Amino acid sequence: MAKYAFFLGCIMPLRYPGIESASREVFKSLGVELVDMQGASCCPAPGVMRSFDQTYWMSVAARNLAIAEKMNVDGLLTICNGCFDTLFEVAHKLNHDPELRKKINKILKDATGMEYNGTVNVRHFVELLYRDVGVEAIRAKVKGGKNLKAAVHYGCHFLKPSNIKKIDDAERPHVFDDIVEAAGMTSVAYKDKGTCCGAGGGVRARTPDVALKMTAENLKNMTAAGVDVIVDCCPFCHLQYDVSQVQLKEYKIPVLHLSQLLGLAFGLEKEKLGLEVHQTKVNL
Amino acid sequence: MLIPFQQNPQIRRRRCVVSVSVLAEAKEPNPEFTRKVVDAGGKTVNLCFQCGTCTGSCPSGRQTAFRVRKVVRRAQLGFEEDVLPSEDLWLCTTCFTCYERCPRGVEIVDIIMALRNMAVRKGYMAEPHRKVAELISKTGHLVSLRDEDKALRTKLGLQGTPPTVFSDPKSLEEVKKIAALCGFDKLVASGGKQ
Repeated sequence: MAKYAFFLGCIMPLRYPGIESASREVFKSLGVELVDMQGASCCPAPGVMRSFDQTYWMSVAARNLAIAEKMNVDGLLTICNGCFDTLFEVAHKLNHDPELRKKINKILKDATGMEYNGTVNVRHFVELLYRDVGVEAIRAKVKGGKNLKAAVHYGCHFLKPSNIKKIDDAERPHVFDDIVEAAGMTSVAYKDKGTCCGAGGGVRARTPDVALKMTAENLKNMTAAGVDVIVDCCPFCHLQYDVSQVQLKEYKIPVLHLSQLLGLAFGLEKEKLGLEVHQTKVNL
Repeated sequence: MLIPFQQNPQIRRRRCVVSVSVLAEAKEPNPEFTRKVVDAGGKTVNLCFQCGTCTGSCPSGRQTAFRVRKVVRRAQLGFEEDVLPSEDLWLCTTCFTCYERCPRGVEIVDIIMALRNMAVRKGYMAEPHRKVAELISKTGHLVSLRDEDKALRTKLGLQGTPPTVFSDPKSLEEVKKIAALCGFDKLVASGGKQ
């Protein structure tokens, strides 16, 4: 059984804990063991926190990586594009720049006694599902769920920057769509699919009106394609689509994180998915 | 009726305005600042040949007057006073679309991050951002833990307080110590200025 350190981050455990319980159940049923990372912190967020001080950003990320490194697991698993980007990018930088690693490790050692040795395999859950679990194994688990038209939202930091992540084509990806289709839905094409939700880079915190305009344009394009549901793979995109629709008033498209969608398809109890905290009602 | 270009007073006036503004903006490049951008992580800044693919791809620029190409140009010329105080710098969502499409391989997001770090050190840190930074430097998370969150987590069969820094005071001390060693706590307390 594959065994992964489960990185929680901030938005999932604190605002959408249903994504966490769904993820735990879904991965258990697919034969992937998730182990808690005791004392992990915020990743920290790749847009907003990296903007302030990159040394601090890398040092806190290195602490999270070092915790996973001590755990005797196959790697670290994230269910969030932001956490994935920070932990993957920082690991990449530290693995390829010995001088930088020395500098960050000095801070890390002084603060925690730990060091990062460059051995953590950082995984995004969609990529792990596609490459390790496989589309067929997912299809075999599907017990129910409706064939709905899904707007698959990849977000930005799952695939990009693609020169280091090397998961899929950043302009025309298919891995996420394939999983959604295996779960019994139809992934529909819509205008400007692949565009940012609008929340990242500190834009939601600093200029929420600008973030909302970007989200509104995506929602308009999804609506024009006649979608029934938005499926995301990042709690921050999830929050942005969920909350923005209430602010904009004219849209009512349910938003599901892929873990919740798979939970529904695998026949988990709906109570385990925490859908009642969604601000845009989910009646599926 | 068509007026010949040279006799059209509006066009003549516009040409005049453009030439004056170009003169007014004519400044000496400052290679020292450009070097600082390179050292702070924007090592590809000089590769840009201003094609504008970045601006054409930018979802934020579609909604605002933010033009990524201009930010890169100002960094390239070392126009520190134009770029660091600019609100534009903060309209990038770090979506990496420009970074992916740049025909010159300019790592645009890395340049923006380098510039933002420099802007923060000059005191350009908006209050909502300062609050977010304060939250992580004090609690280790960007989102707070409320009683209702604990209740919902328990109802879902999860540990009420997540097994993160929230559950472990020693870990929180470690994260705070990192902030102190990087000078991040002081940076946040002073609203950016150091």
